[in-house]
Amino acid sequence: MFSLLRSMWLVFLHMFHKRDTYQYPEQKAPLPARWRGRIALTRDPDGEERCVGCYLCAAACPVDCISLQATEDEHGRRYPEFFRINFSRCIFCGFCEEACPTYAIQLLPDFEMAEYNRQNLVYEKHDLLIPSQGKYPGYNYYKVAGLAIKDKDKGDAEHEEPPVDIKSLLP
Amino acid sequence: MINAWWIIGGVLFVLLNTAAGLIWLERRMLALWQDRYGPNRAGPFGLFIVLADTLKLFFKEDWIPPFADKVVFVFAPAVVVASVLMSFVIVPFAPGIVVADLNIGILFFLAMSSLGVYSIVLGGWASNNKYALLGAMRGASQMISYEVFMGLALMGVVVLSGSFNLQQIVESQRTVWFVIPQLLGFLIFMVAGIAETHRLPFDIPEAESELVAGFHSEYSGMKFGMFFIGEYLGVTLISAMVVTLYFGGWLGPSFLPPVVWFAIKTFAFISLFILLRASMPRPRYDQLMEYGWKVLFPLSLLNLLVTAAIKLWLVSK
Repeated sequence: MFSLLRSMWLVFLHMFHKRDTYQYPEQKAPLPARWRGRIALTRDPDGEERCVGCYLCAAACPVDCISLQATEDEHGRRYPEFFRINFSRCIFCGFCEEACPTYAIQLLPDFEMAEYNRQNLVYEKHDLLIPSQGKYPGYNYYKVAGLAIKDKDKGDAEHEEPPVDIKSLLP
Repeated sequence: MINAWWIIGGVLFVLLNTAAGLIWLERRMLALWQDRYGPNRAGPFGLFIVLADTLKLFFKEDWIPPFADKVVFVFAPAVVVASVLMSFVIVPFAPGIVVADLNIGILFFLAMSSLGVYSIVLGGWASNNKYALLGAMRGASQMISYEVFMGLALMGVVVLSGSFNLQQIVESQRTVWFVIPQLLGFLIFMVAGIAETHRLPFDIPEAESELVAGFHSEYSGMKFGMFFIGEYLGVTLISAMVVTLYFGGWLGPSFLPPVVWFAIKTFAFISLFILLRASMPRPRYDQLMEYGWKVLFPLSLLNLLVTAAIKLWLVSK
């Protein structure tokens, strides 16, 4: 009985506490940098697409909302012909980001993507590509892995650094 | 003497608006006690949320389940509001401002609040759905058992004032409010009243964590709105009755008119109801019944016995 009265009193005292609501449209909640929101395709430092069309994100996606088709340009560099994410299916789990070997697909701290029309939630490649390196500035997948083109093996070009030795544990 | 129709119209108008306003008030108060803002966007302080809610309820599809007993299903929500509004007939808001000055006011109030059980039972039964039926059964047993000592707790007041007429009860509190000699009776009446209106510590019939929404699971649109409004009217009614019976009704220092005193006291009790909702856990169903029959019922009998004995002793002196 006493505990009931005590809890009533304590709840009553909450009148004088500060309210911790974010008045949303005017006052945005601070989102941490790793907050999983809108998905974007990033570019490497040269401004090229990082995505190499390996389909790992589509395979990792638990709701199968990613679809893409890989092609190659004239240098043999792979890139996605189309890249489609259906955000009405997406659950923002970040598995695509985990699966991506080139850091191309990244989840950004932004959730303001509501639409009146469901069809508008299907993002095509020009909606997803952003002119930015996202969370991994300076990372270039082809610098790490090397790129073999016709008559040239990995790391054989004039000013090209050798690719990372994947057999060695040394940095 | 004011024309009776004016009083009836005024009471209806004020009550229905109070019940609607309580929706907003409760959400704001709960928000205040939970460090939130509550509805504060629509209109000044979010007051238009009531209008928005009402419009939404009107425009919602009023779906009657094909498996329901249609006549009873439609009839049930009307019973809540009707029975509660009928109870208000005997509440004296100020000297002379009372719809029906019955000599058996308290009896009428108890009878009408007992009729409220029908709406729950009929609503739950007509829904033809197990959750609703369970909620209705719980609601019925809870209301009936708490009704018993609700009446018995009131008898202390009747013994002290020597009348069932509410205006006379208020008049006999000129010397001292009955909450002082009848503290136990007041507490029991409060608990019984909360149980009577299924407010939160005792919202067993609606227990949304167990029974979807209890007896009004299948209701939608304005029929659900009727149950909703009925609940808030019930809260207002119990607060008004507590004020009338234990806190001197419209009595108060004369720098404010009697109606204002009544309104202030009633509002205080409505706020107390909301505070209870904000701070109390819901008891288990068997605990609720046990508490009612094994604790409160004997206490109310004891209260009546002691009150009557003291009264007799005072009279015989």
